[in-house]
Amino acid sequence: MKKALVIGGGLHGLSTALHLARTPGWQVTLLERRHVGRHSSGVNAGGVRRLGRALPEIALSVIAAEMWHGIEALVGDDCGFRATGQVKVAESEADMAKNHARVAQVRALGWTHEEVVDQAEVRRLLPAVSRHVVGAIVTRDDGSADPMRTVMAFRRAAEQAGVVIREGVAVTGLDRTADGSIRVQTDQGEFEAERVANCAGAWAPDLAALAGETIPCGTKASMMIVTERLPHFVDPTVGATARALSFKQTAAGTVVIGGGHQGRNDKVAETSSVLFGSLAFAAQIAAQIFPCVAGARIIRTWTGTEARPPDDMPVIGESRSLPGLFHSFGFSGHGFQLSPAAGAAVAELMARGATNLPIAPFTQDRFTVPA
Amino acid sequence: MFRRTEPTDCTIVWEGRELPARAGESLAAALLAAGITSFRETPVTGAARGPLCLMGACFDCLVQVAGTQNMQACLVPVTPGLVAGIQHGARSFEEEAA
Amino acid sequence: MSVADEWTAGQEATAPVAESVDLLVLGAGPAGMAAATEARAHGMRVLVLDENGAPGGQVHRAVEARLAKGAVEARLAKGAVEARLAKGAVEARLAKGAVSDDQDKDGAKLAAAFRASGAQYRPNATLWAVEPGGKVFWSEGGAARTIQAERLILAAGATERPLPIPGWTLPGVMSVGAAQIALKTAGLVPEGNVWLAGQGPLLWLYAVQALAKGGRIAGIIDLSPPGGFARARPYLMRALKAPEYLWRGLVWQRQVKRAVQVTPARELRAEGEGRLERILVDGVAHAADLLLLHDGVVPNTQVTRAIAGVTHGWDPVQRCWRPGLDVWGNTAVAGVMVAGDSGGIGGARAAALSGRIAALEAARALGRITTDERDARSGPLRLLRDRQLAPRPFLDAMFPPLPEAAIPDETILCRCEEVTAGRVRQAVGLGCLGANQTKAFTRAGMGPCQGRICGPAVHGVIAAARGVEGGEVEPFRTRFPTKPLTLGELAALAG
Repeated sequence: MKKALVIGGGLHGLSTALHLARTPGWQVTLLERRHVGRHSSGVNAGGVRRLGRALPEIALSVIAAEMWHGIEALVGDDCGFRATGQVKVAESEADMAKNHARVAQVRALGWTHEEVVDQAEVRRLLPAVSRHVVGAIVTRDDGSADPMRTVMAFRRAAEQAGVVIREGVAVTGLDRTADGSIRVQTDQGEFEAERVANCAGAWAPDLAALAGETIPCGTKASMMIVTERLPHFVDPTVGATARALSFKQTAAGTVVIGGGHQGRNDKVAETSSVLFGSLAFAAQIAAQIFPCVAGARIIRTWTGTEARPPDDMPVIGESRSLPGLFHSFGFSGHGFQLSPAAGAAVAELMARGATNLPIAPFTQDRFTVPA
Repeated sequence: MFRRTEPTDCTIVWEGRELPARAGESLAAALLAAGITSFRETPVTGAARGPLCLMGACFDCLVQVAGTQNMQACLVPVTPGLVAGIQHGARSFEEEAA
Repeated sequence: MSVADEWTAGQEATAPVAESVDLLVLGAGPAGMAAATEARAHGMRVLVLDENGAPGGQVHRAVEARLAKGAVEARLAKGAVEARLAKGAVEARLAKGAVSDDQDKDGAKLAAAFRASGAQYRPNATLWAVEPGGKVFWSEGGAARTIQAERLILAAGATERPLPIPGWTLPGVMSVGAAQIALKTAGLVPEGNVWLAGQGPLLWLYAVQALAKGGRIAGIIDLSPPGGFARARPYLMRALKAPEYLWRGLVWQRQVKRAVQVTPARELRAEGEGRLERILVDGVAHAADLLLLHDGVVPNTQVTRAIAGVTHGWDPVQRCWRPGLDVWGNTAVAGVMVAGDSGGIGGARAAALSGRIAALEAARALGRITTDERDARSGPLRLLRDRQLAPRPFLDAMFPPLPEAAIPDETILCRCEEVTAGRVRQAVGLGCLGANQTKAFTRAGMGPCQGRICGPAVHGVIAAARGVEGGEVEPFRTRFPTKPLTLGELAALAG
């Protein structure tokens, strides 16, 4: 058996470990500094969305969408996935013009999942939406899932596939041994493996640096709100063309509101904080697009720490300074949906050095090699 | 259950029924003094609930006060003529407009 | 115009608050009142936010109103008490009502000094967020407000440890603390088939207070683990540094036992259709229309746990989390301090002393007094506090929290989301190691109370199911807003 290590117990680390452990001949150990699903994996909005993806991400996102529709076969649990659709509302004619242009662009590339709908259709889809909404882009079989349930399902599936998960193990160094494997130093001793995956989220660039590689990458701390239970009033997950919003009602009736409004990260303390002055805008946008929620009580708010490269796209590829180490991080707050497919891609890269999955746009070379 | 040791000085209306009360005491205390223990029905199973803590922590004493839903009865002071009623399950949109 | 005048002038509840203060105090209980009063003595601009309508906190709840009402009576009674004291009858001093009178006297003094201090005081104000850098948010009358505070003293007091039994969600089951609030604020006394159950000093104190006011109690179900005194004996000598605590406890118990049947028991259930109708005590049924539960108190750490960087440690004896503090009350986050029971249970007098000590440190940190002055002024206070804390180990050993392992599977732990102990245990079996994972899995702790009520119970059930100490289980991460506010209220801050 060949040995592999996955660093990071978030969804991408778990997915990578799961796929690799199901590849014959690999024995996989996952190292997690705190506990599985500690940061953004367990606390994101759970959007399973192709709608509005940056063009280079669409191909991988489309494959991931197919995997989500068969998620139970993949991990033995439905992860709370519901294909209730995603709707991005237009609040003005200018927004509508943008929507038409966007969908034309996506269709020109051969994708048909995005569709422009008029006011009548958006009102049919979202009876509670504000009267000022004039139309939308819709992806009808996108949806949402339950993040923590997804994390736990991937964890169980990975363990059943033979992955050994070590929580409370923090990596302190990376180098190569005399016989050519990679040595991973941790606060709990040394590990050696032929292949290592760097799925450490916001801390992944630091791991890359330990391996001698500088990859430009900042952090995000997207803020979220959840309200008290409300009567059922909306099925799809809702965004807006011109304003930062993500809005969905859970099966329990609570409403989860996000949209990328940023809190404050403290990477050293491994904490992030909500900034209410900014979060107020999320509340304002939500209440303007769905006036019925203005009186709803906020039960909790939170942030999740996540890595964010300068172009808001992930870094997936083999290390240039320490071959055998594979990066997969920087999903910039929209990696939840991609996780089944990205994990498969990274596992393939690790096992056989190549993959047919469409991850070429995500090489870190984009930051160093002139286009 | 409970007996008052101090005189009442006003009335409030609970579910259309007039109850004696003391201005300034909490609505929850006034209801308990009148022998009422069921303040709401839960959004999860519809079970009847009354106050547990009376100090604003448990959210089990939720009622409707003058059309506003999900008010903590232990934090609402009694005013003469106050109109309140059972909170049925989750906040509803229709009644909020009223 | 002195600083004091400016601040006193702004005391009307409708008056605007400044954009910044030197010290923001959360809570107007003994610790908060004492901290604000001390801070004002050093010229600091102080804002006190309190959820209640009047100063006093839980222990001195409504003390001003009750004393004003009873002023005449009290003056008459005082003569009698003094006469008895003169005779040297110690027991007489502790007889009917005298205990709470002592507490009320402390509370009235604190409240009067606080009112006169010139601290700006906002009653009915609910703090819901503290941001890094000292920006504080609260709501008052349905509107959100914000202020910048140089320093914070959080004096949020204690909450009762939950005592989940089958049927405790039925209307008619309340906490002993709740009944005490009803007694203090509305003069409600128990009458009819009223049962007290559980353990701890507050249970006995309430029984004394209720009986003194003419209340009637059908019986007390004593659930305390047997062998209390044997466990506590090693701490007895230390406890006798402040003998009045133990003496009082014994007198309370003796008084109550004279009037009320006390039944030791292991198992208690509440039953009824739509409301409490009977209790089952070790399988024996008794008619009941009110059941009051109590299992001691724990620090209220809802706000400190939500502040990034404030550390908390597990107290294995009281089986609860408490913020990591230095002797002054500083947390690990610069400028954020904790005073009183929310830093560890010590009782009202220790709380007031720790409030003053924290305020002296705040005054030093803001350059109002020197380090030497702080040390000189706080020295005697710290000695007094040590004395007040002396009986704690004895009491802790006497009344260890009831074991969560014994909670039957069908018992609801999370009252908001109606999640049973069995479901939490099942989630542990599926790999959830801490309260945040079981929350995501079962919704336990996700309701409007945000885990305030069920937190200690969920935590204990997870630890017992895993077979580890509580300190090894991650507690609920609390999140601001620590009290619910509406989307509309928050949206208004967007301008």
